[in-house]
Amino acid sequence: MSRIVFFVSEAFRALRRSAAPSIAAIVTIVVTTLLLGVLVPVLKASEDKAQDVRDQIGLNVYLYDDATRSEIAALESKLATLEHVESVTFISKADAVPLLQGKLEKKSDLAESIGELPSNPLPASFAIDIDSPNNLGAVSAAISSVGPSGEPKPISPIIEEVKDARQDASKLTRVTGAVKIVLIVLAVLLLVASLMLVGNTIRLSIYARRREVEVMRLVGATNWFIRWPFIIEGVIVGLVGALVAVAILWLGKVTVVDPLSDSINLVDSLSTMSFLPLVIILVASAMCVSALGSGITLRRFLRV
Amino acid sequence: MALTRSRTSPRDRARSHDAALRYQERTGQPPPKPPIVALKDATVVYPGGHVALERVTLEIERGEFAFVVGPTGCGKSTLIKMLIREVEPASGDVMIAGHDINGLPLAKVPHLRRRIGTVFQDFKLLPNRTVYDNVAYALQVIGEQRSEIRRKTPEIIRLVGLQSKIHNYPDQLSGGEQQRVSIARAFVNHPPLLLADEPTGNLDPETSIGIMQLLYRINRTGTTVLVVTHDRDMVDKMRRRVIALEQGRLVRDEHRGGYHDESTREFAMRLRSEMEVAERRVGGWDLDIDEDV
Repeated sequence: MSRIVFFVSEAFRALRRSAAPSIAAIVTIVVTTLLLGVLVPVLKASEDKAQDVRDQIGLNVYLYDDATRSEIAALESKLATLEHVESVTFISKADAVPLLQGKLEKKSDLAESIGELPSNPLPASFAIDIDSPNNLGAVSAAISSVGPSGEPKPISPIIEEVKDARQDASKLTRVTGAVKIVLIVLAVLLLVASLMLVGNTIRLSIYARRREVEVMRLVGATNWFIRWPFIIEGVIVGLVGALVAVAILWLGKVTVVDPLSDSINLVDSLSTMSFLPLVIILVASAMCVSALGSGITLRRFLRV
Repeated sequence: MALTRSRTSPRDRARSHDAALRYQERTGQPPPKPPIVALKDATVVYPGGHVALERVTLEIERGEFAFVVGPTGCGKSTLIKMLIREVEPASGDVMIAGHDINGLPLAKVPHLRRRIGTVFQDFKLLPNRTVYDNVAYALQVIGEQRSEIRRKTPEIIRLVGLQSKIHNYPDQLSGGEQQRVSIARAFVNHPPLLLADEPTGNLDPETSIGIMQLLYRINRTGTTVLVVTHDRDMVDKMRRRVIALEQGRLVRDEHRGGYHDESTREFAMRLRSEMEVAERRVGGWDLDIDEDV
């Protein structure tokens, strides 16, 4: 117990006595953590968006209004037996209205105006879920093959149209994929650069004290006895740096992101990641990097 | 008094214990303790091929006060470095209190160093600690209780005569004062062996006598003291064992008689008169007070 007190007080003594290198280390940690704090939610948001798009992939089979109940039931069982089809859901003309209204929730004027129409313009349909986006084409072709003269030949006469969101989806996936790759490359580059910066700062501050470490070795201090204060010092530097960065992030969130997300749809996805886990991850990783950095750098000076 | 935690197996230890018992039965006397330092054909070669020590064989008994002399580059400092395992011999044996420290695992080296007090020519004090903290550090390193540290540290600082500078930092002290802090740090654990590498190297004659007086007093408590120096004049006056090295070889090892039982005060007076240094008290430093520490 008294040993822990000794190590902690040694760490604080070192921080006090070498204020300039300590502040340099803290500032580097602040910058790195800020970068991470911005990039991680952005990456997370683009990942979520891509997942959204992937989830939406399915087929809609629109029916003519004059289809009878028995025809519909026959088609449903036919569709359900097709390969790669996971589920088939019938959406009647009446069901389609609230569904569309739900999708248009944000644009409430439009949603209301649908209810005011004199007759229901929406067709009945089957929503088909497919096991994998790759099989979309196969299922689509199975439902409605293209005849020799180019016109579609559906498996049932009541099918008006088969629609898949493939074109939209693939475009979206491509765009989000590209954005994601660019972001990841940027993030990795920035992270590597700032980790090296943190490592260098720590090395400098330890190098300044290498004689001290040598003396400690010569009076019989074990490596861990020398190392613990440095590690605790690293933890303190990491903690302070991360807390400052989190404070800046929080300010940014409150003053910039939150007001924007009220008015702009796109920004909304930025705050998909809740703040608390992000803060915990940032603080923990900053402390680990800083403490490990100190501990590992010290190794070179412990071989006396 | 084992200097290092024994590396021998329990069976070996039992065997040596048996041998000690047999010796006692045969002679009626406790078995002799192994010499504190025993070198056999110790050779140190630095990277690059420079041979710093060549087949040095010597023994230093417990309680001895011995000098190692020789010109610069003769291997004196290397000898000290070898004893605290800062350098490893290329061949030969280095035994400290009967334990072979050659090939001691790196993790055990700190334990060896805690049982050997070392005084360096450049003091090697921690610059950002006060006199008190520098001395206390040697106790903190061995995991001493805080109450013990609070008791022992001022005591030893008083012994070396620095009680008025206890809260000063090393850069606020003179060379002689820094050297006394260094000696206090080396001796605060009461190690069985004290090594001093040029302890008077940068000091004026009067201060040097003070340092020698301090080392002599430490020796009188039973600690073996080995002083490396190139100050032949001082060595001649001290009349103690002198081990001379030249180009890494042991060229002379002589025990000189006389003056072994003189008190610290007599010792200092004789040195002063022989070296023709006028007696002079240095601010509050009165080494003659607790004679029997």
